[in-house]
Amino acid sequence: MAENLPEHPDFLWRTPEPRRSYDVVVVGGGGHGLATAHYLAKNHGITNVAVLEKGWLAGGNMARNTTLIRSNYLWDESAAIYEHALKLWEGLEEDLGYPILFSQRGVLNLAHTEQDVRDSVRRVEANRLNGIDAEWLSPDEVAKICPIVNVSGDIRYPVHGATYQPRAGIAKHDYVAWGFARRADEAGIDLIQDCEVVGFETDGDLVTRVRTTRGDIACGTVALCAAGHTSVLLDMLGVPAPLQSHPLQALVSELLEPVHPTIVMSNAVHVYVSQAHKGELVMGAGVDSYNGYGQRGAFHIIERQMAAAVELFPMFARAHLLRTWGGIVDVTPDASPIVGHTPYANVYLNSGWGTGGFKATPGIGWCLADTVAHGRPHPYVAPFALDRFTTGALVDEHGAAAVAH
Amino acid sequence: MTRVDGYGRVDRTRTLRFTFDGVSYTGHPGDTLASALLAHGVRTIARSVKQDRPRGVTAVWSEDPTGLVQVEEPFPEPMLLATTIELVDGLVASSIGGRGRLAEVPDTARYDRRYAHCETLVVGAGPAGLLAARTAARRGDRVVLVDDRPAAGGSLTGTERICGRDALDFVADTLAELRAHPDVRILLRTTAFGHYDDGFVLALERRTDHLAPAPQGLSRQRVWRIRAGHVVVATGAHERPIVVADNDRPGIMLAASARDLLHRYGVLAGRRVVVFTSDDAAYDAAADLAGAGAEVTLLDPRPVRGDSRSGDYRRSRGLVLGTGAGPDGAISHVFTDQGELPCDLLLLSGGWNPTSHLFSHVRGALRYDAELGAFRPGEALAGVTVVGAANGTFDLAGCLAEGRGETPEPLPRTNLVLWRTDGDPARQYVDLQRDSTVADIARATGAGLRSVEHVKRYTTIGTAHDQGKTSGVLASAITAELLGVPIESLGTTTFRPPYTPIAFAALAGRERGQLFDPVRTTALHAWHVARGAVFEDVGQWKRARYYPLPGEAGGTEDMDTAVLRECAAVRRDVGILDGSTLGKIEVRGPDAGAFLDMIYTNLMSSLRPGRVRYGVMCGLDGMVIDDGTVLRLDDEGFLVYTTTGGAAPILDHMEEWLQTEWPHLRVTLTSVTEQWATFPVVGPRSRDVVGALAPHVDVSAAAFPFMTWQDTEVDGVPVRLARISFSGELAWEVSVDGWHAPALWRRLIALGEPYGITPYGTETMHVLRAEKGYPIIGQDTDGTVSPQDLGMSWAVSTKKVDFIGKRSFARAENRNPLRKQLVGLLPLDPTVKLPEGSQIIEQTAELPPPPVPMLGHVTSSYRSAALGRTFALALVKGGHARIGERLTVPVGGDLVPVEVTGSVLVDPEGTRRDG
Ligand SMILES: Cc1cc2nc3c(=O)[nH]c(=O)nc-3n(C[C@H](O)[C@H](O)[C@H](O)COP(=O)(O)OP(=O)(O)OC[C@H]3O[C@@H](n4cnc5c(N)ncnc54)[C@H](O)[C@@H]3O)c2cc1C
Repeated sequence: MAENLPEHPDFLWRTPEPRRSYDVVVVGGGGHGLATAHYLAKNHGITNVAVLEKGWLAGGNMARNTTLIRSNYLWDESAAIYEHALKLWEGLEEDLGYPILFSQRGVLNLAHTEQDVRDSVRRVEANRLNGIDAEWLSPDEVAKICPIVNVSGDIRYPVHGATYQPRAGIAKHDYVAWGFARRADEAGIDLIQDCEVVGFETDGDLVTRVRTTRGDIACGTVALCAAGHTSVLLDMLGVPAPLQSHPLQALVSELLEPVHPTIVMSNAVHVYVSQAHKGELVMGAGVDSYNGYGQRGAFHIIERQMAAAVELFPMFARAHLLRTWGGIVDVTPDASPIVGHTPYANVYLNSGWGTGGFKATPGIGWCLADTVAHGRPHPYVAPFALDRFTTGALVDEHGAAAVAH
Repeated sequence: MTRVDGYGRVDRTRTLRFTFDGVSYTGHPGDTLASALLAHGVRTIARSVKQDRPRGVTAVWSEDPTGLVQVEEPFPEPMLLATTIELVDGLVASSIGGRGRLAEVPDTARYDRRYAHCETLVVGAGPAGLLAARTAARRGDRVVLVDDRPAAGGSLTGTERICGRDALDFVADTLAELRAHPDVRILLRTTAFGHYDDGFVLALERRTDHLAPAPQGLSRQRVWRIRAGHVVVATGAHERPIVVADNDRPGIMLAASARDLLHRYGVLAGRRVVVFTSDDAAYDAAADLAGAGAEVTLLDPRPVRGDSRSGDYRRSRGLVLGTGAGPDGAISHVFTDQGELPCDLLLLSGGWNPTSHLFSHVRGALRYDAELGAFRPGEALAGVTVVGAANGTFDLAGCLAEGRGETPEPLPRTNLVLWRTDGDPARQYVDLQRDSTVADIARATGAGLRSVEHVKRYTTIGTAHDQGKTSGVLASAITAELLGVPIESLGTTTFRPPYTPIAFAALAGRERGQLFDPVRTTALHAWHVARGAVFEDVGQWKRARYYPLPGEAGGTEDMDTAVLRECAAVRRDVGILDGSTLGKIEVRGPDAGAFLDMIYTNLMSSLRPGRVRYGVMCGLDGMVIDDGTVLRLDDEGFLVYTTTGGAAPILDHMEEWLQTEWPHLRVTLTSVTEQWATFPVVGPRSRDVVGALAPHVDVSAAAFPFMTWQDTEVDGVPVRLARISFSGELAWEVSVDGWHAPALWRRLIALGEPYGITPYGTETMHVLRAEKGYPIIGQDTDGTVSPQDLGMSWAVSTKKVDFIGKRSFARAENRNPLRKQLVGLLPLDPTVKLPEGSQIIEQTAELPPPPVPMLGHVTSSYRSAALGRTFALALVKGGHARIGERLTVPVGGDLVPVEVTGSVLVDPEGTRRDG
């Protein structure tokens, strides 16, 4: 740990002018949009593709998240897609030919109450039956894996134990995005920045053109990967969806010598922390409760998570907060994504990943590319259809057993 | 020693001792660690993070990109700038290589938080800020003035004159005037580090680090939360270097910083000084350093003019192209376009960047000023004014005028915007802390990057402790140059809080340890403690979980033994529970009934006064969110009981619906959780106990039927009795106000003595209710469970037109017979207790390979005294139709066979309810 960063490749991507028409238009050049582009080219040979990004490439949540990657989700449907993603992560550095600093250092989800313990055991047992690595650890075992966590009884909500997924980890978000972007660019896909989608031209149940700040672009298929701004795009299409956009903040400390070997998450003492490659502590907590599209939040949210951090890690008392920031996350009523068909036959939706979609990046890119290529939802995303809110077949990941991110 | 007589404001009559990298030094009150080290000629104080090159002090305050140290004494703290550490006796510090080390011992210092409200907040007590504060104070505003340095005056060196007086006298007089106003608060050593919407500014006050030893009982640092009607940003400007090759060596500094060192600390940072500037301000440094005895050569790429400040220095038109070092790595000479010049100090000045961070935090747009070569506030923001150098007004008269609220005539610009000179880009450092060079920027643009945000991430420029205070604009400018685009098309990267790094503990404040979250205890807490209760955290409450008795062999009972005993006692005789934590909401008004009909799935408006009804609440998705009993108090009043954890969320839920969807309903909601203490008295002998407590009340089953309540008095104290049972036993809930609760409880215990009354805790309560199949919301449900899944279709009205969740019951999935439903589970081996949370699979003798289809999970699991065996509650797919089936529960490596039963295992006929 605490090393210098590797060198980047000499060339990343072109800056092309948008063409008048593409077979596939991906709206949103975040991690999901770029991964989708990569797998469209790699797995399906589809390269007449544009990724339209309103700002700078991967400057949305992709540049702002805390990079936790894990697959220890409760429900079968979630476990399947996140585990699919985790397996892809395990080979991604090679696939992308990019040092993405994927580090499988494990994640501890702490339990602080009797109910936390029940929920944790439930999730560990479910993970194991789904073939996902998971263990339930006593406080002593927690301390062995992460000696700096305060497992003593003298804190307000003592640690009763933790779930542990050894294969979980972190990666360098920018490098992941750039790795996907470089591959997509190499395949001939146009990555178009400063190109905001401002409307759609439709013909019956088809979208024929995408209106952008850089002109109209005719499209065969459209894939929406706009994360926190999906609701804005759906509004343009007149498609209602139960998405709420919230600010989600994160922060880093200055560079510190290695002290924290794993990832620790706690819901009751709400914070999660890892120490990145270079040595900075990276942390976050829950969303700001109000809705909005401004990429910043309120300060008391930061203060509260600092209190939680110092409570769990007394050693952090004199670490320094260096920078705070916020992204806009798209939250659904059941805390699971919405992926698949829309009322428009050639428009696919990928949204609702909320506070936890970074870890899904390769998995959803893979599945969305497959969905676009075959014109039907990939089996891993099928359970996450928009119509589940009318059928009631929810995948409720924030029931009692849920952990965000 | 480089201390010069006659200069500086440090107190040379007193000597302080300190240690740096194991060597002892001395300094004076008023010094910083940096000034004291420089006074001893120590120029190298850190190593760079990537290339391990020596680094010195580059700037004299918080914008310094290089001088990071580790403090060891009085308490270890990583990554502090030597320039901002006020020297104290006994300070021990060491150099670091770009990474800090956290203390192994806990920080015992205290941190706290205060609020301040004012009409005008002025950030920065330089000339512009002082005048702004004075103007506001004279107007009668409540004023808060903060400045991050130990003394007011900003960049004034003491050589200036203001209104015909010495500048520092003017500062002192102005401060005195401000201090005389009762509504002015002056906070020095206080950094405004974040600016949020609506005039909300956070500031960190450093209260004790400059005092040695630190006084006991005083918080070390304090976060001020300031809400201001108007925020005046008077934060000055940061000098900007010119990038030349090998510009990272110790002994290379910003020009004004060297001048500040001289005037503030009396330290002459070099004897042979080269000043390289394209801006007039640095001439002051040249003149002052020369006046203090240094040999100064000034190089300026501009044609020589006559109106800049003259002094005892040599000046010529020229460029510095690079530097050379002596054996210690510090600067020994510069390469200029005219040849080599020996020196021990190189001062660089390419102009000034307004410190507009606090303006940018609230999304104020900056515009590029091509004459200044800087970004400055470019729009008017309501409630925010930027004055002085922070606004790009760099002359003293202009700053004073802006401080007074006037708009000064802009001065003609004479500076030349020069970002760098010719040289090897790989040796031209842009971010000295990150070892990032012009070559790195060139690699980034060569890789196709066009945005400053991408360049920042590719090169890491601007990501260190200083967040690019001196490097950010340079990086934008050099990127623009390399791309051949105007700098204004690129802009800057985003400024974000905090302005300077803040210790985590300072932000945590007092919310640590037991104060992390309030501890709530009931009126009976002391009794529980005295009785040896083991507590459990339920939300913020401490609840008695069980009361272990002294065991054999001197110990105490374990939980299993204690709970079996308590359960048996309740079902055999009588027990008493402190149920005071249950949420209580008084719902009152002419529409209270109609309101509750919408909130609950069943009908509440038909409840008659004196009666009690159980009800279930669902969310919009039709899933159970809470349950409890409702007492009808009178025509317009109901008392709603929620779960302990539900008290606040359910009140919020009700308020949200009331305020946003049904504002026409005439209803008020009042939390009365803490107003009532409630004790269930439970068991066959409860009638005896309650009868003895309230002799005037007829407690017979006929006169006091199940699900009714009555008010009475005990010794003149109002007491409410309600026949409610969460165990299936004959039971009364006895409620009284908190003040009288301990006395009433003791009285009940005394009255119960003859019947063997046993106090029991939450664990026993859980077992008793589970034996009766009563779910605990949040334990046996998880937000995906409907009332029907719980077998409570009876509690869902089919007649009501509408209620929250009703529509969802019509969804296809809600009618799926394979939904998970609450059932009982009996392990075939009656001694095996299933771990709660265990998953349930089809009956099997061998675990199939994953993924193994799961049928549900164990939600509650206990040993039952009444059943003489273990049992569990579980949510199982299609569970109601599986009763009698055998399933398997994997536990550790074992496969435990279980049988599905109904959820009511004790007294399914309900024979015990009336005693
Ligand atoms: C503070 C924070 C911490 C997080 N931590 C984690 C974590 O630890 N682990 C984890 O798994 N997830 C985490 N997440 C969530 C994760 O970042 C997101 O779920 C994920 O990045 C979303 O997918 P994306 O990368 O495609 O989104 P983005 O990167 O946001 O991509 C969407 C893109 O669409 C663009 N766009 C929007 N509207 C338009 C338009 N009209 N025209 C053109 N372009 C448009 C946006 O500019 C943006 O670049 C975190 C998020 C935040 C904010």
